[in-house]
Amino acid sequence: MTHHHDDESGRDGISRRHALECMIWAGTGVLWTISGGVPVSLNLLGAAQAAEAMATGFTFLQISDSHIGFDKAANPHAIDTLKEAMGKIQALPQKPAFMIHTGDITHLSKPAQFDNAAEIIGGAGFDVHYVPGEHDLIDDGNGKAYLGRYGKGTKGAGWYSFDQNGVHFVALVNVVNLKAGGLGNLGAEQLAWLADDLKAVSASMPIVVFAHIPLWAVYPEWGWGTDDAAQALGLLKRFGSVTVLNGHIHQIMQKVEGNVTFHTARSTAFPQPAPGTAASPGPMTVPAGQLRGLLGTSSVTVKQGGQDLAIIDSTLA
Amino acid sequence: MICIRLPARHMAAILTAFTLTTATCPPLRAADAPMVKIENFAFTPRELTVKPGTTVIFRNDDDIPHLVVANDSSFRSKALDTGDTYEFTFTKAGDFAYFCGLHPHMQGKITVAP
Repeated sequence: MTHHHDDESGRDGISRRHALECMIWAGTGVLWTISGGVPVSLNLLGAAQAAEAMATGFTFLQISDSHIGFDKAANPHAIDTLKEAMGKIQALPQKPAFMIHTGDITHLSKPAQFDNAAEIIGGAGFDVHYVPGEHDLIDDGNGKAYLGRYGKGTKGAGWYSFDQNGVHFVALVNVVNLKAGGLGNLGAEQLAWLADDLKAVSASMPIVVFAHIPLWAVYPEWGWGTDDAAQALGLLKRFGSVTVLNGHIHQIMQKVEGNVTFHTARSTAFPQPAPGTAASPGPMTVPAGQLRGLLGTSSVTVKQGGQDLAIIDSTLA
Repeated sequence: MICIRLPARHMAAILTAFTLTTATCPPLRAADAPMVKIENFAFTPRELTVKPGTTVIFRNDDDIPHLVVANDSSFRSKALDTGDTYEFTFTKAGDFAYFCGLHPHMQGKITVAP
């Protein structure tokens, strides 16, 4: 893929819009890579290069918004679709090195819901790095249930970082201390921690940031954004490759801004409408038979020795 | 006589106080108690005016949980699942802005005025 770093016209020729069209059209199996901060569809690079990226890199898998406990019309069996998703992950030809869960593990933060999720997700045997969604912090203890299970070794409301295979991963929490009229919120304490955390990281190291609510303004009218994300992104400016992975909106969205690629994952529980296309962002009920085409997971491959990340979004269909 | 009258006066005073109490202090909880519906990620009505001592019922009609939180932290519901209600009795006059603790772009206001 090196030539794509050099071939500006080719990179632009493929175009972001085209990549987005593919994402929407194909629904499943679209593979793209980030070259110098600009995504290029690996489908368009050809199978050989895609295979090379897969063979020489390591893969991690993103799962999101499992909403265990949800049983309404949009999907009365959210527990079953999570099981299906985990089954597909276990059947992948290239095993992910680990998984991340970008929040809303449960629907109502109930102990049995956390237990069910842990049993199904943990049953696959992968290490899983979690961040909470707002649905995971609504127990009577305002988050004690989540932190009791997943807070070990984290700071504050559950944020942390770790390095794996030459990539620096940062897990952020933007679902606490939400303010009236506001969006997602990171807060001063977390931003100070982030600034400190990034100090020792080389600018050439790829960064993957993950959090529940999108760190870009997808649709503020529905609360789909984070008020102080700009401050976090400011701290990430000096890095050559930054990938931001989010959940919350139960559909794939992507955007590239300078060195940063933003990507949101599907839910394994229920779809939500595209921004502004419904009266509210509530669960979208689709005809039976279409649901699994709107649920899914995302697989991210990091090529060894390079800055390229490739993301494959797969549905449950 | 005096011994009888005094208790009678006391009784009257107590009865009067009791009547006043029942007339004004207990929450207004009739079938037509004011209700704020939570539907389509919005509070309806968004603004509501009630008299002091009124209990307002918030009911979640969405498929997603919501949480009613006063901007000044004077009240806060638990997470309301579909069909769940939360009641709060507004005793003091004033404007009470509130929002959803899970979806803070959802906002409403209760005005308490005699």
